[in-house]
Order: sequence, then C-alpha cells, then structure tokens
Amino acid sequence: MKKNIIDVRNLSKSFDISSKEPGLKGTIKHFFRRQTKKLKVIKNISFEIKEGEIVGFLGANGAGKTTILKMLCGLIYPSEGSVFVSGNIPYRRKEDFLKNITLIMGQKQQLIWDLPPIESFLLNASIYDLDKLEAKRRIKKLSDMLEIDEELFIPVRKLSLGQRMKSELLAALIHEPNILFLDEPTLGLDINAQRNLRKFLQNYNKETNATICLTSHYMKDITSLCKRVICVDNGSISYDGNLDILLKRLSPVKEILIVCRSEDDAIQLENSGFSVKNKTKNEITIKVENNSIISSLKNILNNFEIEDLYINEPPVDEIIGKILIKKDYDI
Amino acid sequence: MISNLINRKIFTLLKVQYSNMLEYRVEIALWAISGIIPFFMLNIWTNNNLNQSINISNIMLSRYFLCAFFVRQFSVVWVVFSFEEDTLLGKVSPYLIQPLNPFFRYFAQHIAEQITRFPFAFIISIFFFISNPESIWIPNLGILFLSIISTFLSFLIQFLIQSIVACLCFWTEKASSIERLLFIPTLFLSGLLAPVASFPGYVKSWIYLTPFPYLIDFPANLLSGNPTNIGRGFSMQILWILLLFPVFRKIWSAGTRKYTAMGS
Repeated sequence: MKKNIIDVRNLSKSFDISSKEPGLKGTIKHFFRRQTKKLKVIKNISFEIKEGEIVGFLGANGAGKTTILKMLCGLIYPSEGSVFVSGNIPYRRKEDFLKNITLIMGQKQQLIWDLPPIESFLLNASIYDLDKLEAKRRIKKLSDMLEIDEELFIPVRKLSLGQRMKSELLAALIHEPNILFLDEPTLGLDINAQRNLRKFLQNYNKETNATICLTSHYMKDITSLCKRVICVDNGSISYDGNLDILLKRLSPVKEILIVCRSEDDAIQLENSGFSVKNKTKNEITIKVENNSIISSLKNILNNFEIEDLYINEPPVDEIIGKILIKKDYDI
Repeated sequence: MISNLINRKIFTLLKVQYSNMLEYRVEIALWAISGIIPFFMLNIWTNNNLNQSINISNIMLSRYFLCAFFVRQFSVVWVVFSFEEDTLLGKVSPYLIQPLNPFFRYFAQHIAEQITRFPFAFIISIFFFISNPESIWIPNLGILFLSIISTFLSFLIQFLIQSIVACLCFWTEKASSIERLLFIPTLFLSGLLAPVASFPGYVKSWIYLTPFPYLIDFPANLLSGNPTNIGRGFSMQILWILLLFPVFRKIWSAGTRKYTAMGS
C-alpha cells in the first residue's frame, strides 16, 4: 500500500486585506486611517495525497487553489492547522525538503531572461549540489523528453512561450524532485505544446513515481492527467475523490442523437415518453439517464425505424464549468 | 567538502551573473560614468582653495577624490530596488523554495557588476591622470591590498544595510523610499562630497560612530595615502558588519513569515 506523502489537517490561511473607498475622499481617508480586514482564504481543509498520485485542484478564480499549493511547497506560512510534506513542515524550508520538491508557475519564470536556458540549468544544478557530469546527463535526458535541443543555447528572451515553458520545466526538474507543484503549467501554450507538456508529465510520473499536484483552467490537463480531483470552493473543499465519479455525479444523463428514417418516425419517437432536448425534421436528440441507457437503446432499436444513432457525452469543460460557477451546483 | 560545495555554488553564481552583466555592458559603462561626482567635488574644492582649511595639498586631494570614485565604483549597492521589484511581482517565489538564500543571487549580481565595471573605471582614471599628471602615484602593494579589503568591507556594510531595508518590503511594499532617506546621510557623511576630516571636531567625533565614514572616506584615505587611523577603520567596519548581519538574519526570518507571494 502506498504511503501518504502529503498530509494536511485543518489548514487555514488568512490575509490582511486593506480596502479603500473610491474617489478623493476615500483616498484621503485611506491615507490617514487604513482599514484592513482579515480575509480567511483557506478554511479548515484536510486531505492526504499518496506517493505517485496526480491530483488536480479545481475551482473558480480566487477559490484558493494556488494558496493551497503555496502552503504545500512552503512558500507561505499557514495561519492554522498542520501540513506535512514527505515528513517535513514545508514552511521551515529545510534543505532536504527543498531538494525534494519543485514549484512551477505558468505565469512566473525563473530563467535568466538575457541568457540561454543552459546557463540557468547549470546554475540550478550547482544550487542543488549536482556535479557537472550528472547535471549534463540530466539536462540531456530531460531535453530529450521535452524535445528541446537548439533552444538550450538561445537567449530566453528570444524563445517562444512554448519553448520557454519547456525550459522552465527543465530548470525546475533538474534536481529530479519527488513532488511537483504545478500552478497552471500550460497557461498560454498552444494546443500542441499543451499536449506535449501533458505527455511529458505523464512520462515523468511513470518513470519517477513523482507525486504531482496540479491546478489548471484547461480541463484537458485535468482529465488527461488526474484520476483524483480536489474541488475548492471559497477556501473549502467541496469534493475530494475520483474524477470519473464526479463527472457522473455532475452529469447523470447522456444525450442520444437519433436519425429516423422519416419525419413521421421522429414524431412517433417524440411522443413515446423520452425526454426530448431538440428535434429537427427526422433528427431528434433525447436525454437518457446513465443507468437506463441500455434499456432505452433496446427500446429504440426494437420499436422504431432508425437510420443512425450517436451517443454524446456532455463536454467535460461544460460539466466542470458547473463547479466553477459557485453555489449553482450541489456537488 | 561543504566549503567546496559552497564555493562551487558561489563560483557558478558569479560566472552566470557575470555573463548576464556582460549583456548590459553599455548600461554599466554609463553607470560608471555617472559616478563621477567626486571629480566635480574635486573641482569645487580646488577652485575655491577649500583644501587649505583642512591642511591638505591639491595633489593629495586629487588622489583622495580619485580613490573616492574608485571605492564608490566597487561598493555601490542597489539590492533594495531589485529585491523590492522581485518581491512585489512575485519573482522571488521560485528562489525562496531553492536551497540557497535569494540574497546570494543579488550578492553575486553585485560582484559580477563590479567586475564588469572595472575596465570602465580604469579608463576613466586614465583620463583623470592625463588631465592631472601631477596626481599620478603607485600605492605600495600592502596598502593596495588593505584598500581592496576595506573597499570590500565597505561594500558588505552597504549590502547589509540595504538588504535590511529591502526586507522591509515584506511589510511596507515601498521599502526603497526608506533607502532614499538613508541616501542623504550616506552622501554627506561618507566622504563622497568632502573628506570627513573637513567637518568640525565635535561633529566628526559623532560621525565616526556611524557606519558612514567607513563606506568611502576610510578606504579612499587609505588608498590615496592620506592620514587615517587604520586600526579604528577596520575595527569599525568589522563591528558594523557583526552588528548588521544578525539584524538582517532576524528581519529576513520574520519577513519570510509575512510573505504572501503576491503576483504569483
């Protein structure tokens, strides 16, 4: 049985936020008397993550996903509760812990802007105490996996966003961390670059059994990488479990598009008690609950003259989008 | 073994930062040229015969201001501005979760910049000697060595002071304003505008208790061959470093607890 590598208990985080009324009066008032209030952005959350798991954090903007990642990697201190990551308290930032993790933020870069990425890689290698030969071996291995080669020797400022992101990944993974915290790693990348990055992360997880915590607004990242998701809503966890179960729960129906032989057949089908979504001439779309899909299909095939039929899963984006519209949907 | 690893980290940092600084060589040349305040001050002093009031010859005064220029070139610090920007934009976040204090990066940037500045400062001093041939002198090796050390200690004091101020941006966001406030005593009391010897006796006794005269005045006097108390100079430099370092450690530790990783 795999052991827990991340253990979070009753974790909360509050920030002091200053507010200012609009206009000159508000500005003067703000100058003399600042009004600050404590905003609890993470509220008493608990979860565990096992070694080698890939977990996606889902939630609307400002739900608290990134704050959770920042606390897990030790970038910020929690206000209450406890966090253990591979047996360490992250915010103490012990060297052994730091050598075991990495944080990649899609909108932030650590590469030195005016130098080729190779310089940043060698610098990181020395920061993580890798000897030259080992550093070169890892750069070669990772650059092969990421399919970058000539880009290593071109100044970062001249690279495309996709090339830069790959280089960022290489810089962040040169010390072969066991735990990866990825905050929107595919932000701004084109579809091919996103796919390549996902493939790379899958391979990295398979090869090294690394644990990956991921936030992304691209649902494809979540669906192709994560079996488990943690949904964060206004600082609390609203769902923690299998992604497929969540999808089934959020979308208990499938849509069946039936092409009938004639318009009369379509009308007959429309009046036979199915929940009809829409109808055009001889085409009709019905909604069928997941648990009665087989019996419904048998009924249709036995009793109606049809030419063709398609079963459509509702788009994952649409389903997960329901999570992001806070409180509109009961998970 | 440990020292080897640290040396390798610092050496690689220096190498990388030096490559980076070479990308900005024109900018650094302009910075070097912009540091010629001491030469303007020399002009004001000699044209008004102010040197007579402190019993110093024109030649020794020229050498003092040339040395002040050199010391300033190799002890100028800007860490507060870099750190403030990196903190406010969240750029410091990736460095905070690496097993190396981010201030080592800034430290290496400064050293690399000084190395890049050297040829420009050297060329400026050649021009200075061409226009003031009577000021040419060659300091003996011992004095040169001590001057380099005192310049480095001066840089360390300024780096620590600015790092402490920089850490305040964990609380106040615009820590560089505090640094601008510190610039005033640095300008007047460090010896950049006038040798500290030119101040009245009772003022001098107070100034020598602050870190400012050990930033420019002491190393410049040492290198130029003007009379200075070497023992007191080095003792005060070391004392200030020993006082400032734990303050920096404390404020850094408290500041990182306050860090909210804004902008990331």
